[in-house]
Amino acid sequence: MNVHEYQGKEILRKYGVATPRGVPCFSVAEADAAARELGGKVWVVKAQIHAGGRGKGGGVKVAKSLDEVHRYAEQILGMTLVTHQTGPEGRVVRRLLVEEGADIRKELYVGMVVDRGSQRVTLIASSEGGMEIEEVAAHTPERIHKVAIDPTTGLTDAQADEVARKIGVPDGSVPEARKFMQGLYRAFVECDASLAEINPLILTGDGRVLALDAKLNFDSNALFRHPEIVAMRDLDEEDPAEVEASKYDLSYISLNGNIGCLVNGAGLAMATMDVIKLFGAEPANFLDVGGGATTQKVTEAFKLMLKNPAVKGILVNIFGGIMRCDTIAEGVIAAAREVKLSVPLVVRMKGTNEDIGKKMLKESGLPIISADNMAEAAQKIVAAVAGK
Amino acid sequence: MSILIDRNTRVMTQGITGKTGAFHTRLCRDYANGKACFVAGVNPNKAGENFEGIPIFGSVKEAKQQTGATVSVIYVPPPFAAAAIDEAVDAELDLVICITEGVPVRDMIATRQRMRGKKTILIGPNCPGVITPDEIKIGIMPGHIHKKGRIGVVSRSGTLTYEAVGQLMELGLGQSTCVGIGGDPVNGMKHVDVMKLFNDDPETDAVIMVGEIGGEDEENCARWIKDHMKKPVIGFIAGVTAPPGKRMGHAGAIISGGKGTAQEKLAVMEASGIKVTRNPAEMGKLLKSVL
Repeated sequence: MNVHEYQGKEILRKYGVATPRGVPCFSVAEADAAARELGGKVWVVKAQIHAGGRGKGGGVKVAKSLDEVHRYAEQILGMTLVTHQTGPEGRVVRRLLVEEGADIRKELYVGMVVDRGSQRVTLIASSEGGMEIEEVAAHTPERIHKVAIDPTTGLTDAQADEVARKIGVPDGSVPEARKFMQGLYRAFVECDASLAEINPLILTGDGRVLALDAKLNFDSNALFRHPEIVAMRDLDEEDPAEVEASKYDLSYISLNGNIGCLVNGAGLAMATMDVIKLFGAEPANFLDVGGGATTQKVTEAFKLMLKNPAVKGILVNIFGGIMRCDTIAEGVIAAAREVKLSVPLVVRMKGTNEDIGKKMLKESGLPIISADNMAEAAQKIVAAVAGK
Repeated sequence: MSILIDRNTRVMTQGITGKTGAFHTRLCRDYANGKACFVAGVNPNKAGENFEGIPIFGSVKEAKQQTGATVSVIYVPPPFAAAAIDEAVDAELDLVICITEGVPVRDMIATRQRMRGKKTILIGPNCPGVITPDEIKIGIMPGHIHKKGRIGVVSRSGTLTYEAVGQLMELGLGQSTCVGIGGDPVNGMKHVDVMKLFNDDPETDAVIMVGEIGGEDEENCARWIKDHMKKPVIGFIAGVTAPPGKRMGHAGAIISGGKGTAQEKLAVMEASGIKVTRNPAEMGKLLKSVL
């Protein structure tokens, strides 16, 4: 689960991670009031969406007067912000963060992820703040420093200080940088984050260390112990189809192709997408109905796929293990009738009670194309969609 | 022979009285030698009771002492799964198979830290389990699609493993042992750990290795295979078409030096002498071709 920048900063402040002062705003009037309340001479008006690259897309503006704050707030609220992470359709801005301006002396980068190899939370830091860390990794990998953190000790003073010096924090600011990174680590662990990125972390003219931006992702498996984070969820920022899918416990991801896929199991679902691509077409979605697919779940899955106007055909690929093929056949038939299916449907079923399932599909009178293996199923649906 | 488990393995079920644990313990007990293999259940609130004839103990330690079980399978709900693994590790079991899906990563980081230097081997979490066909099945895979034979299978996925087994069976090829290591980022055995066991198993002739995008386990395994493996290995990696993980995937990949995509994994595997296919329908055929 993702949260907005202002929410991430709220969380981080609780752990002693310093940020500029700021106020979230939902209207221009609120932005005006926030700027007056913050005082000073320079403010930053920042679009709050769950995507990076906001500055380049025109979603972050520096205002040098209250009039400018007003003007930028008007401009940004409601705009459709397009960045390299939003896709070409962009994202409507519904929230702003108005912050005090900061005297930026230097921009650095600090991030944390769970590293599979070491099985530890790993700190990534770089002297190259404000850039995409992927770019830094590709061109100047020597400027990236990593520390795998021992969960029994946490990020030690010595580790934090060494990293701070390596990324160019001057001696006088090292204690603040240490407090910053240790706070970030505690926030990461205690809130069950899966990713934290402070880009940039800044050094100010008076030697302070601040998080100018904050991106936090959380482990969805651990949300049960963080109702305060769940309350930060912003459904406007999520794909409506994926939100709908989560209601029925379906794992769904929208993609750009035109063949809907319904599969049991994540690995098999990915492999099914791959085989569609192998035969020259593109999947419209990833959809894992899971191990306990009921007729209702399969019906909801069909409805979900067909809400996407790009879908010109559906491929169902089921390996029946504990779940029997006749149960799936029943679900597919009921779903096809209920949604009055009008696009080609190829079903490949294998495993327990495969023959009964196939017979049920055949006798249903529905125009279902049957296939014996994954490759044949993919070829058939690709051909049907191409009108061959 | 086989790897990890056989007809003589004695197993306790942690979470035997829950819906999933009860359902799958029944199926496991009904498979091959299951009746002799599944000897204990663990539930601190139901100690002294029994589950359809299988005695329930208050702790893993007690279950081990009373029945001689050295392997545990875990079905307890996600918030308590890591603690269940910890208990099994503290009781010095040989092998723990955690089926539970949805265990918080933070819990697993702590559990893996505690396991350092301990003798217990962990498989999972979020895995289908392990089966040595016609001897014993521990987990949620459908037993009847398998048959005893000489092919090893190791995979991060559930149904995709069954798919591989299904394809082998169509060609008349049985399996020595099939191991589902699970798809979680912080887990127990990796591909390479299982591969080493297959290499040393005189009754395994060849191995199917099924991987997925993310992490670097498949690459590590491939490099080991290049230098040490005496038997043919074929591979498939799911996720060639998966959209690049927004930022998380990338940031995670930085640590491993930009690895983790299906293409990169396939390239390393091919360079290591592993025959790979990009068509998941051809795993069985490819395996047969290398025998």
